[in-house]
Amino acid sequence: MSYLDYIKEKQFPLFTCAGCTHGTVTNTFLRVADELKLDKENTVIVCAIGCAGRIPTFLDFNVLRVTHGRALAFATGVKLSRPDVKVIVFMGDGDAVAIGGNHFIHAARRNIDITAIISHNEIYGMTGGQYAPTTLQGFKATTAPYGMIEPAFDVCELAKGAGSTYVARSDVYHINHLHKVMKNALTHKGFSTLEVITSCPTQFGRRNKMADPIKLVERIRDITVTQTAAEKMSVEELKDKIVIGEFVKTERPELTEIYEEKLGKLRKN
Amino acid sequence: MSTAYKVQINRKWCKNCGICLAFCPKNVFSFDEKKKLQIVNEIQCSGCLMCEKRCPDMCMKIIREEE
Ligand SMILES: Cc1ncc(C[n+]2csc(CCOP(=O)(O)OP(=O)(O)O)c2C)c(N)n1
Ligand code: SF4
Ligand code: SF4
Repeated sequence: MSYLDYIKEKQFPLFTCAGCTHGTVTNTFLRVADELKLDKENTVIVCAIGCAGRIPTFLDFNVLRVTHGRALAFATGVKLSRPDVKVIVFMGDGDAVAIGGNHFIHAARRNIDITAIISHNEIYGMTGGQYAPTTLQGFKATTAPYGMIEPAFDVCELAKGAGSTYVARSDVYHINHLHKVMKNALTHKGFSTLEVITSCPTQFGRRNKMADPIKLVERIRDITVTQTAAEKMSVEELKDKIVIGEFVKTERPELTEIYEEKLGKLRKN
Repeated sequence: MSTAYKVQINRKWCKNCGICLAFCPKNVFSFDEKKKLQIVNEIQCSGCLMCEKRCPDMCMKIIREEE
């Protein structure tokens, strides 16, 4: 099998803009799916609205596309009703931690066996470039024409605080690292969060003097540092950097298992 | 016996973003005057797959050939 056996080839090319690296996340996911021999029939991908949320509709799995921000809520329902099925959620950063922030923290708290893959492009791509809670200070958006004034969310810290039992961050430049952590996220039992730094040339790049898709990927290369390198850096040196690595890898009782056990006991009585 | 690599671009899907070109360690690609992606140095390809793996449109393919 090839990684391209997991796409709906007839619907290609992808709708995305030239150089939109949400597609690179898809590329890596398909390779990992191929390596893990993911069973299409037994895998459900849940996604919602946004450019990142639309891509899975081009993939050959059972795909459930729902309302903006609610992918994890629907995914929770799927997983509770069919614990035997593998559930993967693709979200944009707006989808995951703006409108969907509440669902995100509670899915993490519950430790339900779902893999959440969050494409962090620092902007609302689909709706025309409004700032996201992940837009770094100083960067421009349609709703921040003079530069973002708010501090940004650290998605991994948020996931960690909420109880996600696997938390990692990677990016589309460090492609072999992305492959490795994506595989770990997809094989982890419990709620796993994988944040991937991506780029939106159309809505973020154009407004921030990086319309060329290459410039944005170069920026990602230049602002990311590995965990090991970060350990030797001062707070000042880390100021404008994004650390990539695996931050949490732990085990905790998983929700559907607790639920099934409870059901079993209640049925006996 | 030596190993050579064949570089294949699916032109129907390629959007000429240049991400493959920019990070190829062997300078296998270039843009023509219309900013269309060209393979100019296939013989130098070392098969690292950096282009294939980073391509956001799944349209790059490196084929290994034993000679
Ligand atoms: C309930 C609801 N609120 C708002 C919107 C409008 N809307 C659509 S996509 C989107 C944000 C997209 O940003 P993100 O999730 O980061 O994905 P991207 O397009 O950047 O990949 C918004 C606000 C909507 N469709 N539904
Ligand atoms: S608007 Fe941005 S996020 Fe959406 S497809 Fe284009 S580049 Fe990608
Ligand atoms: S990365 Fe892919 S889409 Fe972009 S120019 Fe290269 S082959 Fe074409």
